[in-house]
Amino acid sequence: MTNGMTGDIARPQLSPKVRLRLDRRTSRYLLLYPETGLELSRTATEIARLCTGEWTLDEIAQYLARVHRETSLVEITRDVRDFLKTLAGRGLVQNFK
Amino acid sequence: MNNEYRPYTLIAELTYRCPLRCPYCSNPVGYTGHGNEIDTDTWLRVFQEAEALGVVHLNLTGGEPLLRNDLEQLIERANQLELYTNLITSGIPLTFERLSRFASLGLNGVQVSVQSARSTESDRIAGASSFHRKLAVMQWVAALELPLTMNVVLHRDNIDEIEELIALAERVSADRLELANAQYLGWALKNRLALLPTRQQVETARTIAAQAREQFRGTMEVIFVTPDYYSEHPKSCMEGWGRRFIVVNPEGLALPCHLAHTLPGLRFDNVTKRNLADIWHHSDGFNQFRGDGWLPDVCRNCDRHTKDFGGCRCQAFHVTGNACATDPVCSLSPDHGFIESARRQASQSAGIPVLFEYRTGRGFAQL
Repeated sequence: MTNGMTGDIARPQLSPKVRLRLDRRTSRYLLLYPETGLELSRTATEIARLCTGEWTLDEIAQYLARVHRETSLVEITRDVRDFLKTLAGRGLVQNFK
Repeated sequence: MNNEYRPYTLIAELTYRCPLRCPYCSNPVGYTGHGNEIDTDTWLRVFQEAEALGVVHLNLTGGEPLLRNDLEQLIERANQLELYTNLITSGIPLTFERLSRFASLGLNGVQVSVQSARSTESDRIAGASSFHRKLAVMQWVAALELPLTMNVVLHRDNIDEIEELIALAERVSADRLELANAQYLGWALKNRLALLPTRQQVETARTIAAQAREQFRGTMEVIFVTPDYYSEHPKSCMEGWGRRFIVVNPEGLALPCHLAHTLPGLRFDNVTKRNLADIWHHSDGFNQFRGDGWLPDVCRNCDRHTKDFGGCRCQAFHVTGNACATDPVCSLSPDHGFIESARRQASQSAGIPVLFEYRTGRGFAQL
């Protein structure tokens, strides 16, 4: 694939056990799950919000590339994939390998 | 804003009552069952005050939290406050209908304890017939698509069943399996001789758990908690005194850990008398072991104190008689000999059945 596209047709979705909420103390988003949680960066929050089961990895990356014109699609695709891998390793996202 | 002392989790011990009587019960040893429990409105206010302080996780626990008939109201309010709410339970007494109500009111997860993978053994340790009902409850949790944690307190009599326990967790579709060795405080300390496994038992179980952790990565999280008595260094108990957790006990005492009020000479405040934020920031009890001013020299001169905060205060007190001592689990502690002798005792008494001392049931709910 060119342009950093993966051709991956799966549509990642946050697991049912995950809750995304604003941390009113820091104004950042938290991804909460049993016993613990992750404090998300701005980009991670944007990705997490698109894990609705409707978007493929490529579509998420393309969308973010339109918002963040200073960053290449290749780089964004890599960031999205790395973040989703981290989530998948903790069982926090479905439909992603 | 300073995040050094920010509570993320409120542990709400709703009651000390419980139909089971496990020999490592987390209730205080002196508890007789006559204390007054704080009422629904107080809990609702405490949740709100906790959320304002930064709390995002709520553990509803006990005793057995199901014995509170206002659990529905508590869950509903917690959900309105966007608290990630976990019910920590033996699963008894519960019906599918009540659990469904909890789910629809916004409960986020359920942790069910089993005492063993074998029904007769589980019932013996729990001191009550309960295993089959626990199995049913775990199946209901999965049917309602609530995240399920299966929790097992490990000790000498069940630690060798680790493979069966892993298989059971898989069978009930647990999201998390907590294989947590008993820690020797409170009731477990009283029953230490009957409970402490040998080092060999712990090492074998740890290896099997580590393999399972890899095998189930991404589908079931497998957590193995070593007994402090076999660690070279103390763990950062509660992630540091008054740093990340608030425990509110059934009578309304706000505490840095569930046994903190068993330490002599410390003053803790009741949520019925003082606002939680005020208690958290300004009370003597919460400030007692914050920072490094109180540290014994052994810890002060050691880099690890920034990670383990000197270890567990209750363990220090119950072993050495001094709550300000280095946690004796640490190999650098002058009192470490006590831990070494407990390990020797465990290896010498391996295979010898020892009776548990049970909490007596008067004052507890009858089934």
